Amino acid sequence: MNNDMRGLEVVAAKGRLLGLDMVYHCASGHLGGSFSAMDILTVLYFDVMRVDPKDPKDPDRDRFVLSKGHCTPALYPILAQRGYFPEEELQMFRSVEGHMSGHAEMHHVKGVDMSTGSLGQGISAAVGMALAGKLDKKDYRVYSLLGDGEIEEGQVWEAFMAAAKYKLDNLCAVIDVNGLQIDGATADVMPTEPLDKKLEAFGWHVTKVDGHDLAALEDAFKLAQDYKGAPTMILAKTVKGKGVSFMENQAGWHGKAPNEEQYQQARQELVAALAEKEGK
Amino acid sequence: MAEKIATRAAYGKALEELAAQEPNLVVLDADLSGSTMTKGFGAEHPDRFFDMGIAEANMVGVAAGLATCGKKPFVNSFAMFAAGRAWEQVRNSVAYPGLNVKVVGSHGGLSVGEDGATHQCIEDLAIMRAIPNMTVLCPCDGNEMKQAVKALLAYDGPAYLRLGRLAVETVTDQVEGYEFQIGKGVLLRDGQDVTVVAVGMMVQMALTAADILAEEGISVRVIDMHTIKPLDTEILLAAARDTGCIVTSEEANIVGGLGSAVSEYLTSVCPVPVIRHGVEDEFGRSGAAQKVLEAYHLTPAGIADKVRQALTLKQALTL
Repeated sequence: MNNDMRGLEVVAAKGRLLGLDMVYHCASGHLGGSFSAMDILTVLYFDVMRVDPKDPKDPDRDRFVLSKGHCTPALYPILAQRGYFPEEELQMFRSVEGHMSGHAEMHHVKGVDMSTGSLGQGISAAVGMALAGKLDKKDYRVYSLLGDGEIEEGQVWEAFMAAAKYKLDNLCAVIDVNGLQIDGATADVMPTEPLDKKLEAFGWHVTKVDGHDLAALEDAFKLAQDYKGAPTMILAKTVKGKGVSFMENQAGWHGKAPNEEQYQQARQELVAALAEKEGK
Repeated sequence: MAEKIATRAAYGKALEELAAQEPNLVVLDADLSGSTMTKGFGAEHPDRFFDMGIAEANMVGVAAGLATCGKKPFVNSFAMFAAGRAWEQVRNSVAYPGLNVKVVGSHGGLSVGEDGATHQCIEDLAIMRAIPNMTVLCPCDGNEMKQAVKALLAYDGPAYLRLGRLAVETVTDQVEGYEFQIGKGVLLRDGQDVTVVAVGMMVQMALTAADILAEEGISVRVIDMHTIKPLDTEILLAAARDTGCIVTSEEANIVGGLGSAVSEYLTSVCPVPVIRHGVEDEFGRSGAAQKVLEAYHLTPAGIADKVRQALTLKQALTL
């Protein structure tokens, strides 16, 4: 493994630790889906996207829309580490005195390109951003992350149709396929597979990847950049709650805060993982 | 006889006229461009016109994304679907982030006529008004509509604009020094006994009602309240103080729309009788537009009845 990848692994490991602290601190938030998405966001913000944290509104920047808008315990720690704002601000998460809304919010949190939270809506905004890029003949790219439960919303498929109609090859979406949603397994609540065949039938270029393999994610995003004539969908197979043994693959950890004992155990595991990545 | 034009037709023309001076103006429609009158804009500016298909939720979200990139989108459908079907997208993707998207609902009210209750949106004014950050407009004639579209294009923020299906007489061109301003009602006729505050095509009917009532010796003030939110409280307060009673008139449910807005304001500053004229909390039905309007008393005679009711109440309260 090269040094760049090792660096990304440190960011992701630290992101999980920061996310855990955020949720524990305010006693609410969504860790399961945040931890499944952490590696994807790490690769995007630290490797793929053309962004400058000193100029977060640069009209030529790449954009990202967190369509699964509840996964701020992944997005905010990544933005903080990328340099959009100090890590201390994360303590204001979900606090009425603070500015860090529970779901992604674009006006008060630097680096957030679209306010999201109501499922199914972010991907439409991403389509609009990509459409604007085509209209203005700009070369920025637009990324969006959806949940595999979220895509049960009909609006998502409306957006998929529109992206294909307008041949938005400047749009790359990722579905965080962790297989779980609030009420249980996605396969039981509302089966969505086969996603690859469905997306291909909707006119998308589809690739599948291990959503925790940083190098494979990087390759998938590069492939998407080079693909012309259609939007790309990356189906990222992930583990909900990734990184904390007792949270992994448990639907119950979708939107629950850990108690003191659980927090200490989770922290211990994440601190050890971070130390290992840092080579300590 | 003054010019008769549907506000939706005036809207379509306004978009075409404003296209050249505002390159960021983009128009989205949901497979109704012939009815919403955006077809002309689409033909002249195919690069800035997006037919998003019968998918209003996505259309509103796409407009939000376009707005984050500096575009000035006007999204179009029937009021039922622009305000109704996509309400939560308007709320969460447009109004909450305060994005510069204009949501345009054509064929508002019962005058959709033959299509019947499923397409007769009588709730749009109420549900759009209930969203923080929203501006809500319902101009009464072609002249006012053209100026409203221009004002909306210049206004940087979320707004809802209701258009009507039927051709209506132009009345605002006869107002001396008329200038459209968002949030500023228009005094169309002065009067001392009662004030009728109306929106959309009820404005013309209110003027006719004032003529009927003048013959009975009743002096009616008529206000065209093209902006339901933010409400022109100045013109309302003066009307309440000067005339002592108010009748509101709208081609919408009396629950939550203009009548509610006026009542909410006046009860806390100058509580005078307010009688709400509109659809009496029931669904519409199929029929020729004019016949449907008559069946629901959305007529000058219907307004005149409410005026007499308001005057009776005012007298009872002053005795």
